[in-house]
Amino acid sequence: MQAVVSAQDFSCRHNSAEVLSDLSFEVGEGDYVALVGPNGSGKTTLIKAMLGLIKAAKGCIRVFGYHPDEQEEWSKIGYLPQKHLSFNQGFPSTVREIVGLGLPAKKTLSGRNREADIEAIDKALELTNISDISHKLIGDLSGGQQQRVFIARALVNEPKLLILDEPTTALDPETRENFFSLVNGLNKEKNVTVIFVTHDMGTIGKYASKLLYLDKRIIFYGSFDEFCRSDSMAHFFGESSQHIICHKHN
Amino acid sequence: MDILEFLSYGFIRRAMTAGSFIAVLCSVLGVLLVLRRLSLMGDGLAHVTFGSVALGLAMKVYPLYVSIPVVMISSVGILKMIERAGIYGDAAIGIVSSLGIAVGVVIASASGGLNVDILSYLFGNILSIGDAEVYISMFLAALVLLTIFFYFDEIFSMTFDEEFAKASGINVNRINLILAVLTSVTVVLTMRLVGIMLTSALLILPAVTAFQIGRGFKHTLFIAAASGVTSVITGIFVSFCLDLPAGASIVLINFALFFAAFSLRRFNVFHG
Repeated sequence: MQAVVSAQDFSCRHNSAEVLSDLSFEVGEGDYVALVGPNGSGKTTLIKAMLGLIKAAKGCIRVFGYHPDEQEEWSKIGYLPQKHLSFNQGFPSTVREIVGLGLPAKKTLSGRNREADIEAIDKALELTNISDISHKLIGDLSGGQQQRVFIARALVNEPKLLILDEPTTALDPETRENFFSLVNGLNKEKNVTVIFVTHDMGTIGKYASKLLYLDKRIIFYGSFDEFCRSDSMAHFFGESSQHIICHKHN
Repeated sequence: MDILEFLSYGFIRRAMTAGSFIAVLCSVLGVLLVLRRLSLMGDGLAHVTFGSVALGLAMKVYPLYVSIPVVMISSVGILKMIERAGIYGDAAIGIVSSLGIAVGVVIASASGGLNVDILSYLFGNILSIGDAEVYISMFLAALVLLTIFFYFDEIFSMTFDEEFAKASGINVNRINLILAVLTSVTVVLTMRLVGIMLTSALLILPAVTAFQIGRGFKHTLFIAAASGVTSVITGIFVSFCLDLPAGASIVLINFALFFAAFSLRRFNVFHG
């Protein structure tokens, strides 16, 4: 089976410093990968490289078998960027219009106004429970509501790969739990591959099937079970930290 | 004077027709520029237009034919300075803008100083517009608007979040290039309407007026266009009746519309 994401000897530089070094890994269809690591470990850089926003210094990274410059399956990828709340709060767009941005651009005079697009937007609004605010301006919403709008934008295209960069930061505990359940449901029921960047290793351990611990290089990549049994990881994190993560996972 | 008598003058009809097309163009493009924090792009390119008009007049070539390519090259130059050289947008605009003025002053000085022709471009003279210019304005305005409609999804996506647009597979560099070319054409056309000195006002004011009222992106574009056209038609009427300069009258009406929209918003008239 073809890997959804594959990296081979992938390295990335910022100015002259190496930000990511010799990464080789594969993410298979239906995997739910928790991408974790300390600040500055290169998590966001790795995601941006997958999406072609950052170029490789060495090696390559492919998504659905395509190099980012030749990617033809953009519509299969749903992306929630880390800094999605730093947009211009006075931007004159409704929730519905913003969610529609997740659909492929259409070079016609009608744009994203076909019946199928309208249905897809309605579905994403419903899934994220924001149908009632769909005609409000994005700048008039609270941080948590805006977060849900951007989650809907990532889901509107019914992606096969969902890349989420710290998606739960502005959410209250209840909405956060609902969001985890939503992503879990998509992963389990629709076999959507998920790459979830987070600092919350405890919570993500409940849902993710694999853990990729990054600190400019891969420190650990494998299943949570392997992680929990690993003596080297117990040594790396300390036994109590490993226990907390694994306790929630089990 | 009644409206029919006012409209019976050929130069008024020409000014209103060309002016309305240019106003729609400026307003739509202005919304995109303001939202992308490139409001002063129009001002910078207008200064380049001054240089190119001086060059055209010195060469005894119709200035529009010199201005369009020169301003296009300058616009792409600003873009490349931002993308490739990592220069901040406002600094890149400042560099090109001052270069345009300096070249214009040198050429004007070498060819006998600032004459009436150059002054008419500096402050605009929409009432002296000829049939050919009306057709050129209509054709270019239609071309620019059709391009914006055709690439609307990409342009909207990029205007809201350039990084997300890139990550959605949109060729951001190509769209930036298209927008730079469209802005150049618009600035050159606007020069005839309100003059080089006031071009940026027609790009910025209808946009910020629409931001006070707009209830969505398309709605905002529509309001901006309506505000731009209203200001042009009213401005020409006021200018004719009170014997005032047309360009300045249009800009003042635009400001009045902005002030009214801003005040009404302060009292929550639009947004409840």
